[in-house]
Amino acid sequence: MTDWLPVDAYLVESLPEVWFGAVMFALGMYLVLDGFDFGIGILYATLDDEHDRETFLAAFGPVWDANEVWLVAFGTMLLAAFPRVYSRLLADHYLLAIGFVLALLFRGLGPELREQRDDDRWKRYCDLSFVAGSALAPLLFGVLAGRWVFDAPTLSLPAVLTGVGLVAVSVVTGAAFLAAKTDPGLARPLRRYGIGATAAYLGGVVALLAVVVLTDAGGAADVILSWPVAALVAASVLSGVAGSVFALRGRYRAWLASALTMPALLTVLVAVLLYPTVYPATGLTVREAVVSPLALNLTTVLGFPVLLLVLWYFKFLYGVFSGPIEADGYGE
Amino acid sequence: MFTPVTVLDPGWLAFLSPELASRAQFGWTISVHILFAALSVGLAPFIVYFTWKDVRTGDERFARLRSFWVKVFAAGFVMGTVTGIPMSFQFGTNFPRFAEVAGELIGGPLAFEAKMAFFLEAVFLGVLLYGRDRVGDRTYVLSSVLVGFGAWLSGFWILVVNAWMQTPQGYEMVVRNGLEIAQLTDPIAAFFTPRLPWMYVHMINASVISVALLVAGVSAYIVWKKRDAAAWNTALKVAVVVLLVSAPFQALHGDAYGRHVEDTQPQKFAAMEAHYETGQADLHLLAFPTSIDAISDPRAENLFTVSLPGVGSFLASGGDFDATVLGLNEYEENPPVALVFWSFRVMVGLGFLFIALALWGAFLLYRGRLSESDRYLKAMVVASPLGYAALLTGWYVAEIGRQPWVIQGELKTNDAVSAALSGTDATLTLAAFVVVYVALIATALYVLKWLIRGELRDLGATDDADDGWRGPLPEVNEND
Ligand code: HDD
Ligand code: HEM
Ligand code: HEM
Repeated sequence: MTDWLPVDAYLVESLPEVWFGAVMFALGMYLVLDGFDFGIGILYATLDDEHDRETFLAAFGPVWDANEVWLVAFGTMLLAAFPRVYSRLLADHYLLAIGFVLALLFRGLGPELREQRDDDRWKRYCDLSFVAGSALAPLLFGVLAGRWVFDAPTLSLPAVLTGVGLVAVSVVTGAAFLAAKTDPGLARPLRRYGIGATAAYLGGVVALLAVVVLTDAGGAADVILSWPVAALVAASVLSGVAGSVFALRGRYRAWLASALTMPALLTVLVAVLLYPTVYPATGLTVREAVVSPLALNLTTVLGFPVLLLVLWYFKFLYGVFSGPIEADGYGE
Repeated sequence: MFTPVTVLDPGWLAFLSPELASRAQFGWTISVHILFAALSVGLAPFIVYFTWKDVRTGDERFARLRSFWVKVFAAGFVMGTVTGIPMSFQFGTNFPRFAEVAGELIGGPLAFEAKMAFFLEAVFLGVLLYGRDRVGDRTYVLSSVLVGFGAWLSGFWILVVNAWMQTPQGYEMVVRNGLEIAQLTDPIAAFFTPRLPWMYVHMINASVISVALLVAGVSAYIVWKKRDAAAWNTALKVAVVVLLVSAPFQALHGDAYGRHVEDTQPQKFAAMEAHYETGQADLHLLAFPTSIDAISDPRAENLFTVSLPGVGSFLASGGDFDATVLGLNEYEENPPVALVFWSFRVMVGLGFLFIALALWGAFLLYRGRLSESDRYLKAMVVASPLGYAALLTGWYVAEIGRQPWVIQGELKTNDAVSAALSGTDATLTLAAFVVVYVALIATALYVLKWLIRGELRDLGATDDADDGWRGPLPEVNEND
């Protein structure tokens, strides 16, 4: 076995950095894909019509579980490549992490259990569980991420703003996703929520970065004043504005495309702010936290091909469920 | 176990230490998760069979069975997912030292589990549930196979991790960045540990047995209500046939598995047999506690036992009645012997009960009276949750029997707990998990009950609103 797998050297010199990128990629996939699921769940609260609700749930049903697996992929890839970061991050944010997984539990169960019983009260409980879980999960995850990146306490501006920002960007992508998949009657109000949330998100990001520069939280001020961060912020503003224009013109697919770049850019921002450390509070850098060459080489050789296969399944899944939706499922 | 507290102590919430609360939380959450995971693993072959028969023969019976059990599978899958996600973070939240020390060894398999198995299941379950009109017949049947394959594969990777914890190898302890950790040295040895084949076969078969009992119980109940329900007569037959193969196999396999445990974890084996003094071991076939002490501290002298002299030695050594078996007196720290001893007896006792039920069913089937015997139908309804009871108790033997070690011989459980964790936080989350998961199990049972009701209504059986029956699964199987 070890004949073809180097024991003392990484397959390529930069493999630890590649894995930092891979872990961030999984995080980004999660934020983008489950983000619009959260958005659907939050926007669901604005509906009172049973038929519309079922339309939203039909958009959510076939894909959310697969989207959520990106979270597990992120967590386990972090464990496989940077076990100390995985351990410390979760142990240091104990209540947030457990609160987050419980919020995910309520978010997932609500819609699945709803249809099991035809009873108004039952449906109300399930809806409550869906909406509350969908709003709390990105909030808690964002607060956790804010603490991770900026080494800030839970009830501090950087952490709370990150949480609120994640909720806002989820609403943007959720609205764009639904607008692209439902009929114009439903798309109209979504447009309003989507644009409002875009403004809130961009304002939030700018406020967050300003606060961090002023307080120098986690020693990140220098990085924020560097050109990559400026470019990322500019790109986010551009996608937000372009998306809003597309939304107003009724070009919902283009809106969706630019909306989805926002959480992706956010993930890149997280990566830029973290690197070269993986968990600033511990001061551990990528090179210090990474596992030994043999272990990393093995996970690379076995894991990367599978990751490509997974991307192919996702293309298949979204291909099967492309096109507009109706309350009774996917119409042709 | 409990630190003394006064009612006035503001820290009363911390009456559980971080260690105890973390262990209780891990044990409780995985016990609930495993119920749903085993449901997926065990139900998958039934679903593939029903789907295949349905597509091949177009027989209405199989279409009905497929549609019913896919609904059960879907509900169980969601619950498996939402309870599985907390599991994958609890290594970090509650046992960070374990994750740090073993990260190189367990991280790979866990990441493969996510990438190879969970994605496969989740993507193709989406197709199976929502895609009937969107994909061709072939792709549809293939989706059911892939979902099942994903379930079996996820079981494989998770057991790679657990088997390594029982019989660790393929690593070397090194100091890195001031911490002593296990560094991977031989991937093949580390993945394919001696325990893995035993565990995988025993666990998959246990899941099949548990689900066969569930299918048999639900079918028996429906047949009892509506004798001529053709589909459910068929399902009952299928389940009995599956049991007839899997139950005896489990006992034979378990017997050999016990010898392997004796070889690799003698301390655990001694706890399973309550064998305190090194020397010749008897096998207690039946053990009755003669006092309260005997329940919590089962030693030969305070139990009324029916034993086979020397057979413990015979089993452990594979043929020698006088072989010496290591006793618990050899070790400084022992697992809670009573839990392991009684759990083992419950599992094995149930295993023999299942063989008896399978033989009884086979006899009735041979006589062509399977659905006529009220007594058998009732017995199967009562037995429907017992597979799960055996599955859980078997896991308690494996996990509690390994204590005080979390990685056998390498890392103690109390060294694996988070130093940052306060007893209050740990107790709070433990309480939250208990409340939420009890509600979850109750919901799962209600969903099953509603599905059965709907099926009975569909079949035109008279409504059973008040015959005093509350679902085929008595609500006792959560943690027994
Ligand atoms: C339907 C469930 C079921 C049934 C009927 C049995 N088992 Fe079992 N047993 C399990 C379900 C199980 C399990 C899935 O819970 C375990 C836990 C770990 C494992 O690999 O399988 C287990 C573990 C386990 C172990 C090893 C524990 C360890 O790893 O430390 C032994 C020695 C046995 N079993 C022996 C038996 C015997 C002699 C049986 C005779 C009838 C039997 N089992 C029936
Ligand atoms: C699936 C069925 C399983 C059940 C029912 C189960 C049950 C338990 C129980 C009851 C304990 C507590 C032992 C004690 O405190 O005395 C425990 C410990 C533990 N188990 Fe398992 N386990 C299962 C599978 C697994 C698997 C697959 C893994 C790893 C991948 C695992 C990892 C652990 C760890 C890390 C501990 C140590 C923490 C502790 O002592 O509570 N378990 N398990
Ligand atoms: C500590 C141990 C365990 C961890 C960390 C764990 C983790 C997880 C996670 C994260 C999921 C959700 C995947 C998704 O989103 O689809 C899941 C589901 C699943 N797990 Fe576990 N699991 C553990 C034990 C087990 C065991 C012992 C088995 C079986 C032998 C098992 C079998 C499954 C299966 C089949 C699923 C798919 C969901 C379902 O079908 O219910 N797991 N697990």
